[in-house]
Amino acid sequence: MTNSHRAWVATRKGLFELGRKGKGWEIARVSFLAEPVSMLLPPTASGRMLAALNLGHFGVKVHASDDAGATWREVGTPAYPPQPADATGVPWKLVQIWAMESVAGALWAGTLPGGLFRSGDGGETWQLVDSLWSRPERAGWFGGGYDVPGIHSILPHPTRPGELLLGISCGGVWGSREGGTQWELQAKGMRADFMPPEQAEDENTQDPHLIAAGTAQPGTLWCQHHNGIFKSTDGSVSWQEVKAPLTSFGFAVAAHPSEPDTAWFAPAIKDEKRVPVDGALVVNRTRDGGRSFETLRKGLPQKDCYDLVYRHGLAVDDSGSSLLMGSTTGNLWASDDGGDSWLSVSTNLPPIHAVKFG
Amino acid sequence: MRGHHRRVAHIVFTQQLRRFTETPEVDAQVATLREALQAAFDINPRLQGYVLDEQGHLRANVVVFIDGRRCHDRVVLDDQLKADSQVHVLQALSGG
Repeated sequence: MTNSHRAWVATRKGLFELGRKGKGWEIARVSFLAEPVSMLLPPTASGRMLAALNLGHFGVKVHASDDAGATWREVGTPAYPPQPADATGVPWKLVQIWAMESVAGALWAGTLPGGLFRSGDGGETWQLVDSLWSRPERAGWFGGGYDVPGIHSILPHPTRPGELLLGISCGGVWGSREGGTQWELQAKGMRADFMPPEQAEDENTQDPHLIAAGTAQPGTLWCQHHNGIFKSTDGSVSWQEVKAPLTSFGFAVAAHPSEPDTAWFAPAIKDEKRVPVDGALVVNRTRDGGRSFETLRKGLPQKDCYDLVYRHGLAVDDSGSSLLMGSTTGNLWASDDGGDSWLSVSTNLPPIHAVKFG
Repeated sequence: MRGHHRRVAHIVFTQQLRRFTETPEVDAQVATLREALQAAFDINPRLQGYVLDEQGHLRANVVVFIDGRRCHDRVVLDDQLKADSQVHVLQALSGG
């Protein structure tokens, strides 16, 4: 279980720890002030946590804390092996850590330019998962919002060790049932309007912006895709498109931990605009598996709002009732009633990369 | 290290790096920029990842001046040093 009374906001200029204050939240601590924090792993029961920095000049670094963020020290950084002289395509150089997940003693890091790394020692050292990196299909991947492709979603199966699902922009959805030693492309049913028509259903070039799943029924998956919302009820064997009100474009999705038919989305005008529809920020929520949606507005700015919620900017806690939503403008909102109403937590944060409970 | 009878290259790193790791000032009898950087990395191995990427290339937003002139090569790092060269490893201006 994650801690619903503590949360973390990774931003362009530091990592912010949030603590409960009355019905809202307050900033309890700032770590790495002024440094870009691209992703974090919240503390384990023992207080072990990780933060991924993306220093503007000096590269990607990983820091670990053993006291839930009070003190930090640098640990090993994922590094690509020497690039063979005949290797074409993207440079074998770490650009950003875009996803971090922990399961059954293993840590996983998804990166730009598309490599998955595993750590078996709590993040002290990292090894590239060569079985994915060496797939010939990787040559067909390309950047979505960045110059190079990247792994932004890592979903370890909560009860079946070794099962792992990845979302890649733009490289589709990949699954492994063998602990990351073998991989299968699993984006059947997704559709990419940004490709030439005859390649629109090519699984290897889909752009799933983010994939989320609850723990109670992990075979039900929700994907906010570049071309809309897709849902799978068979563990990513197949995907079906779901239509939401206002617009089905967006980056973020959060899945209810115990109610597989419930998910939240942060819609934006598609593609070339990426701002809220009519200047009003909303959250779209379904509670019936995508057959219908409610557009939730209470407490969110409804006039002259141009905030965008990026991939990891929307999170739900283990109860399914508390949510946090942060924008690239540095606004942060919280809800304790499943999104029915929202409170402003801060209007002055740096651009928000990720929010996490725990 | 610096001796009375032979001149050596002197390598200095931007103080901005001290926020993250130790930046030794190094005097080394070396022929190329890569050897000069390696002399510093031998003292503090963690420094290497801040200056070079994992392919051993100079990071995109790091610049090196040798005797007041930008280094020519950012990949092989084979710029030749003189016996008394002054090497400055600095951050390029970028970001916001």
